[in-house]
Amino acid sequence: MSDDLMSYDDALATYDPVMGLEVHVELNTASKMFCGCSTVFGGEPNTQTCPVCLGLPGAMPVVNGKGVESAIRIGLALNCEIAEWCRFARKNYFYPDMPKNFQTSQYDEPIAFEGWMDVDVDGESFRVDIERAHMEEDTGKSTHVGGATGRIHGADHSLVDYNRAGIPLIEIVTKPIRGAGERAPEVARAYVAQLRELIVALGVSEARMDQGNLRADVNLSLSDKGSDVLGTRSETKNVNSFRSVERAVRYEVRRHAAVLSGAGSIVQETRHWHEDTGITTSGREKSDAEDYRYFPEPDLVPMAPSRDWVDQLRTTLPENPTARRARLQAEWGYSDLEMRDTVGAGALGLVEETIAAGASPQSARKWWLSELARRANDAAVDLVDLAVTPAQVAGVQALVDAGTVNDKLARQVFDGLLAGEGTPEEVVEKRGLAVVSDDGALSAAVDNAIAANPDVADKIRDGKVAAAGALIGAVMKEMRGQADAGRVRELILAKLT
Amino acid sequence: MNNPTDWTRSTAAELADALADGETTSVEVTRAHLDRTAAVDGDVHAYLHLDAEGALAQAEASDARRAAGNPASALDGIPVAVKDVLATRGLPTTCGSKILEGWIPPYDATVVDLLRRAGLPILGKTNMDEFAMGSSTEHSAYGPTHNPWDLDRIPGGSGGGSAAVVASYQAPLAIGTDTGGSIRQPGAVTGTVGVKPTYGGVSRYGLVALANSLDQAGPVTRTVLDAALLHELVGGHDPRDSTSIDQPLPDLVAAAEQGATGDMSGLRIGVVKELSGEGYQPGVQARFDEAVELLTKAGAEVVEVSCPSFVHALATYYLILPAEASSNLAKFDAMRYGLRVYPEGVDAPSAEEVMRATRDRGFGDEVKRRIILGTYALSSGYYDAYYGQAQKVRTLISRDFEAAFTQADVLVSPTAPTTAFKLGEKLDDPLAMYLNDLATIPANLAGVPGISVPSGLADEDGLPAGFQVLAPAMADDRVYRVGAALEKLLADQWGGPLLAQAPPLVEKLNDKASRDPGASA
Repeated sequence: MSDDLMSYDDALATYDPVMGLEVHVELNTASKMFCGCSTVFGGEPNTQTCPVCLGLPGAMPVVNGKGVESAIRIGLALNCEIAEWCRFARKNYFYPDMPKNFQTSQYDEPIAFEGWMDVDVDGESFRVDIERAHMEEDTGKSTHVGGATGRIHGADHSLVDYNRAGIPLIEIVTKPIRGAGERAPEVARAYVAQLRELIVALGVSEARMDQGNLRADVNLSLSDKGSDVLGTRSETKNVNSFRSVERAVRYEVRRHAAVLSGAGSIVQETRHWHEDTGITTSGREKSDAEDYRYFPEPDLVPMAPSRDWVDQLRTTLPENPTARRARLQAEWGYSDLEMRDTVGAGALGLVEETIAAGASPQSARKWWLSELARRANDAAVDLVDLAVTPAQVAGVQALVDAGTVNDKLARQVFDGLLAGEGTPEEVVEKRGLAVVSDDGALSAAVDNAIAANPDVADKIRDGKVAAAGALIGAVMKEMRGQADAGRVRELILAKLT
Repeated sequence: MNNPTDWTRSTAAELADALADGETTSVEVTRAHLDRTAAVDGDVHAYLHLDAEGALAQAEASDARRAAGNPASALDGIPVAVKDVLATRGLPTTCGSKILEGWIPPYDATVVDLLRRAGLPILGKTNMDEFAMGSSTEHSAYGPTHNPWDLDRIPGGSGGGSAAVVASYQAPLAIGTDTGGSIRQPGAVTGTVGVKPTYGGVSRYGLVALANSLDQAGPVTRTVLDAALLHELVGGHDPRDSTSIDQPLPDLVAAAEQGATGDMSGLRIGVVKELSGEGYQPGVQARFDEAVELLTKAGAEVVEVSCPSFVHALATYYLILPAEASSNLAKFDAMRYGLRVYPEGVDAPSAEEVMRATRDRGFGDEVKRRIILGTYALSSGYYDAYYGQAQKVRTLISRDFEAAFTQADVLVSPTAPTTAFKLGEKLDDPLAMYLNDLATIPANLAGVPGISVPSGLADEDGLPAGFQVLAPAMADDRVYRVGAALEKLLADQWGGPLLAQAPPLVEKLNDKASRDPGASA
């Protein structure tokens, strides 16, 4: 039942991938988009609701001004035009998690449109054109109970929590992204990751994919190489991390290519990404422009953001991302390659925060790009979703700088941090990881090593200082790594020379 | 032995004076109306839900406030009935539909909240066409309301319950809603007064939406002054309704009092050519023409105005309304409240199947008709031709009003083309039913205010007809001035209100009622 896949290289030899990325950002406003209910995450189900967000008969929406402000700022940061006049519209369809069975959104009059974002892909700049950014409200959350997979198929019943219903969302839609060629997966990933950075810099959302406040849908089609004619696209949902974005693009390219080269045609449908198996499966067939019967929301009046207000909001924008990267590179003294790797790993913000917490630029980069990147990869999560904070990383480096732990022990500290055992100091304490600085204990271990390796000891006595390495190894083993190698060497030489 | 006053025959203004003077108490007044209900509503069926206990408790609270010297408002203690389309906390709100049978809202509509704060005991919820779709109240899922003038006839719709409740003296005041005439047309066919305020003049928060761009709540009363008093109480800006007007209401009571002098000098009255003549029952037309004469004699200057786009008003309305309604009624899906029906013979039905079974059972035919129409009109490929086009014609209708209002201060017409027809007479012909709204619909499309006051009885059948006055948006005071003037001039002619000429209802005694033998029937 699984799909045929063409090799990625063969696919790219024959076809040009064209992508469309739709990203939903959940805003961090204190109240919902159309009512005053709290947006705090994690409350008891259905405790943050009111007649409006429950869609009770007779209830009416009122626009959250902060939501509009955030939408405009996002639009400005994406170099969009801000509408002089626009309206909300009803998107009509039936689903139990949508209390009114229509979503109050925007249709042909988005608040922001015609923008762009320059994305850094491996040190090169790639411009992604933005079609629009518009405001809408989130739905409630369904939990399907009783089935094997937690999805609706095979479930016995479903529970709906409307705490989330009505929380403001900004939907950002790209224009078709062409010309990425074989780098399409990387471009897609970089776009989502750097869009996230922009959103975080604006302060309008936590924008965490693993928490659902940044969601990405990946649309992909293949054109014949060199052709402008767009192929039929598929839409892939459930893409919950940057790495999923990249992998989903790659998979769909291969799947589309296999279908098309077999003289088949792509079904225009919504597919579901499975991170565990690395495949997409067919969801529901999406008819061309599923008929949502859009019409302007008659319970709300049109919005006409004044140009003065828009100009004032423009002054609140964070630094342009390209300029920011150049500045940080200069501040940190990174080479182009180091900078490229940092951005590529999605670690720019993390490194910045780690440095702010006291670590040196090089040590920050070292930890995030090697040790922690490896762990993220093993756990199949994005670096930003790893359960270690920049402050903690800086704390570990501080312990290394102080000589409390060495590099090898630091890795065990990370084990403890990821396991939630506390602060770096607490982990060192609990696990007894501190480097032993007591010369007496060290001395005893050195004596043991000398006694166990008489030939090596003789060599050293004869002046072959390099042979000390083997003894150091033995001491470190006995000390379970909790010794400063340099001090051990000193003690060995002191005793033998 | 003194003949005790039958407080059910008093107007709200008279009751306000009587309460202020200590002549009576809210409990006495409220009880009198509840007794009247017990006696006649078995036949009239104006109420879907009566809250006798609650109303009496509110009346007691009112009397306590008054005793302490703290009445909450000028109308404190005067009972009121509310159309069942407005959310009332703790009281059922069915909108005349089975799909909301048993639903008890956890909140009050703003209008209801204002009534409560002003101290008016709420007697109960009145009958209506299902989800306000209709012109006869025959589409109520709970059985029709009967016209107090003739129980075999319709009381108008969709707010037939509210009009009947004041026409049969079961309440001095009622709240209705008007989307295409649902306050004014029942007013016309029951010999009572009904006002549709300027769109946005009264909050829609808690008013279960039929057509959001057309709906307005308004007063249903026996006199123009009472309507002005009630309108001032419930009107005004509501931050919970983004379409409500953020400006103070004009002085409506003053306008009504000014009008009641009967002096119309300086006023230009525009007779709308397209809203009379063919299609209008001769008796209705005759009473209208005479009323215009009367106003002329009182000093008004009458001009004929033409609003050519009005011939498209019905078609425009019956595209815009179903479109908005089809979306508004989507929320009734058995998931959170109201009726839930499981499809027969289906094991473990899906949510969609339950939605379908529920809506099939819970909605009546007229509602289904309009949902289908509206869904179609909004469909991809049809939007521009139907809904989009209708909105454009709507603009033309608004412009016709604007142009007409440069020639006249108010526009007038018969409120409805006919008097009350018999129950069942137009049920098989939806289009014939829709024609009842010919004269009232344009005002909703343009958002302008309108009043219906009784114009007299039609010769053919001796049944009441209404005179409609329309004014520019935000100029509600004008409809009160002219309405009050005509009311006074006609009362002088008739020797009293038109309603006094209604055949008396037979009062049916039951164990609840204890009637004073001296009270009038």
